[in-house]
Amino acid sequence: MDLKLRVWRQAGPTATGAFEEYDVPGVSPDMSFLELFDVLNERLIANGREPVAFDHDCREGICGSCSMMINGRAHGPETGTATCQLHMRKFDDGDLITVEPWRARAFPVIRDLVVDRTALDRIVEAGGYITAPTGSAPDANLILVPKEAADAAMDAAACIGCGACVAACPNGAAQLFTAAKVAHLGLLPQGQPQRYERVVNMVETMESYFGSCTWHGECEKACPKEISIDFIAILARDYVKAQFKNRKLAGQAS
Amino acid sequence: MIGSLDAHIPEGPIEEKWSHHRFDVKLVNPANKRRYEVIVVGSGLAGASAAASLGELGYHVTLFTFHDSPRRAHSIAAQGGINAAKNYRNDGDSVFRLFYDTVKGGDFRSREANVYRLAELSVNIIDQCVAQGVPFAREYGGLLDNRSFGGAQVSRTFYARGQTGQQLLLGAYQALMHQVSAGTVTLRDRTEMLDLVVKDGRVVGIVTRDLITGSVQSHAGHAVVLATGGYGNVFFLSTNAKASNVTAAWRAAKRGALFANPCYTQIHPTCIPRSDDFQSKLTLMSESLRNDGRVWVPAQAGDARPPDQIPESERDYFLERRYPAFGNLVPRDIASRAAKREVDAMRGVGPLENGVYLDLTDAIGRLGHDVIEERYGNLIEMYERITDEDPYKVPMRIYPAIHYTMGGLWVDYNLMSNLPGLYVLGEANFSDHGANRLGASALMQGLADGYFVLPATISDHLAPLLGQQLVAADDPAFREAETNVQEQSRRLMSINGSRSVDYFHRELGDLLWENCGMERSRQSLEKALSAIPALRDEFYADVKVLGEHESLNQSLEKAGRVADYLEFSELLCIDALHREESCGGHFRVEHQTEDGEALRDDDEFSYVAAWEFTGVGTPPELHQEALEFESVHLAQRSYA
Repeated sequence: MDLKLRVWRQAGPTATGAFEEYDVPGVSPDMSFLELFDVLNERLIANGREPVAFDHDCREGICGSCSMMINGRAHGPETGTATCQLHMRKFDDGDLITVEPWRARAFPVIRDLVVDRTALDRIVEAGGYITAPTGSAPDANLILVPKEAADAAMDAAACIGCGACVAACPNGAAQLFTAAKVAHLGLLPQGQPQRYERVVNMVETMESYFGSCTWHGECEKACPKEISIDFIAILARDYVKAQFKNRKLAGQAS
Repeated sequence: MIGSLDAHIPEGPIEEKWSHHRFDVKLVNPANKRRYEVIVVGSGLAGASAAASLGELGYHVTLFTFHDSPRRAHSIAAQGGINAAKNYRNDGDSVFRLFYDTVKGGDFRSREANVYRLAELSVNIIDQCVAQGVPFAREYGGLLDNRSFGGAQVSRTFYARGQTGQQLLLGAYQALMHQVSAGTVTLRDRTEMLDLVVKDGRVVGIVTRDLITGSVQSHAGHAVVLATGGYGNVFFLSTNAKASNVTAAWRAAKRGALFANPCYTQIHPTCIPRSDDFQSKLTLMSESLRNDGRVWVPAQAGDARPPDQIPESERDYFLERRYPAFGNLVPRDIASRAAKREVDAMRGVGPLENGVYLDLTDAIGRLGHDVIEERYGNLIEMYERITDEDPYKVPMRIYPAIHYTMGGLWVDYNLMSNLPGLYVLGEANFSDHGANRLGASALMQGLADGYFVLPATISDHLAPLLGQQLVAADDPAFREAETNVQEQSRRLMSINGSRSVDYFHRELGDLLWENCGMERSRQSLEKALSAIPALRDEFYADVKVLGEHESLNQSLEKAGRVADYLEFSELLCIDALHREESCGGHFRVEHQTEDGEALRDDDEFSYVAAWEFTGVGTPPELHQEALEFESVHLAQRSYA
């Protein structure tokens, strides 16, 4: 396959960026999208030009590093697929492919296609955990977890923290990311004591970095792990409940 | 300079060593812990769990990761599960059985006391992770589910779908972020450790490069903890993540830390074969597929017919033929070598003739499409995504690939290296898996080291340092190391040759895979040992690294790592050449049984080979730690 790439180049956080076009002939349909960039970079280096910077690591769809906006879609045209799992056979010979970094105010560009996603870590830091100091845990089977609850928590916990939801959102909102963590922990019995404190702290931190959710649903479509937008409903419900919940009574059986 | 290797194994019966030892170690008063600065490098299972646990204890910790977030570390990609001797299945499991299986699986080349402790702590890990909210698979009654795994006859593996590593890492990452918010841990992301600083025989800090600004900085600590993973990427193609590297461990080795058993490298039999010359990494397919898949090749060399046109009588189910008792379920190393033999004999399949079939047809016929989909649906989907072939219709193609490295920096029972103040955890150390690691044991070791072992042992080193000031960042020892790092960058960037860093990495990988991969011989190793220095010279004469030092420069990062591989690979081959036996992941063709199985030499090689760096291109010095087996009997591994 012979392809033409239109790639965003930006030398640094404060530099002015621009698209550059590159011809990439002899592309194998079995290549992954990141291997296409490996080939492009080898050619650029051979011609004495700086290679395109892009984040990547595991190349099997689990680390959440890769982050390319491909033809205006986060992680490209396939559903449930991270950029590293996208293969060139999904494109046609002669295609012009436009590749940009994630675009969101909370994700400033560092260089070329690399953005700073540490705002997501700040949301987790604000409460995305269960306080369980090492050594203090009771036997693992002491607390029963209904299978349906464990499965639903796992569905939410599958989030890889890539930020595609934010990039796809017209508002640059991080609701799906935050909801996935709030739901993962809030659906489990172990997560109950901090359930309302957690959701309030995480949502408030989220809102200090990201835009607001207006229920476009683009996040769910872009998510490489197909995390359901239903979790945002759980997030919203818990956030509202947290406003009038008397947490002192949380130890009482209803 | 270095005395005989003393692992400081506590006295007493094996079941009591750890509890006695915890009583014997010196302690640091809770109010004094904040006066200590501990540097942790790496944020995978071992590093994140160690940093979080040390922070909870009250130490001040700084965690360095070259990733943009600690959650990206490659522990995240582990699929299968984590072993623990809970005996929830009532099937006869025990701490001793997990210990025994691990020592046997490691082909009797691990340190008994460490392995026993690992088995003991395995049960605490599961408790800890469940309390953190790790969503392990459950039974309908709400109790934890288990599955079985290779090398064991009990079901002791806990799992979270096919994403166990991800869920355990997120648990540790969340605990870590909690400590970041509490102020006990300072997080330094996109910061790579490039040198270890030793002063008066003691480790006093590290030198790092900020990957965004290029700034080279010194960081002082009372202890330095390396949890920087394995070196599988020295082979270029492996199941490791692209950035996984040996740099932190190797630079520590160049400062005097001993590197143990580098030749113990694990090959995983069920990976997707490479499809073209652009291939950048290999993807593992869970070994569980061998439970229902039959492995075969065409009986006739060069038979290029599609698989459905090759009649039964012209197929060779070579594992079933050679190992009738275990069949397709022989251990990883045996299955891998058998596949290689077929491909080498021109019976490989696929466009590049570089794989063997793993055929689910019979299982689909016996159990039905739905059962197979329920068991392996996610794997089949992953395979189809990568190869564009439907395993329900066309047999999958598999081939072995480098997966894990058992060797690593030498540590004593406290997980401290021979350099006082330097601790090494997880895959980066050498201690628990011997010559071969069993499935679902890597996650166990990383978390045992980080959650439980280091927090209990580090005070033994720290307590006597109470009130001792950190070495100042402008101390000559730090200055020398900073200069060293800057010189290396300048050197790499000034060559301006004609070939990219990846070119050299691929060349080195091919060379090692060919000569120091699944099978090694004196001849192949000698060949590699003459070719590596030549490739290293070529690298320093002809590599091309563009860009600047003072900005994000991924070529420069890679160049530094490949430069280290070009030195470390020599040690790997020297170790493989010196070990005149076959054991676990190290198979020397000269040492095999009549059936082609690994033949150990317990009289000569029942020791840990810990190598001291003496200079690039000069022979390293061998230190030995004798392995004594008091609780298990040495036996030849048999799976026939």
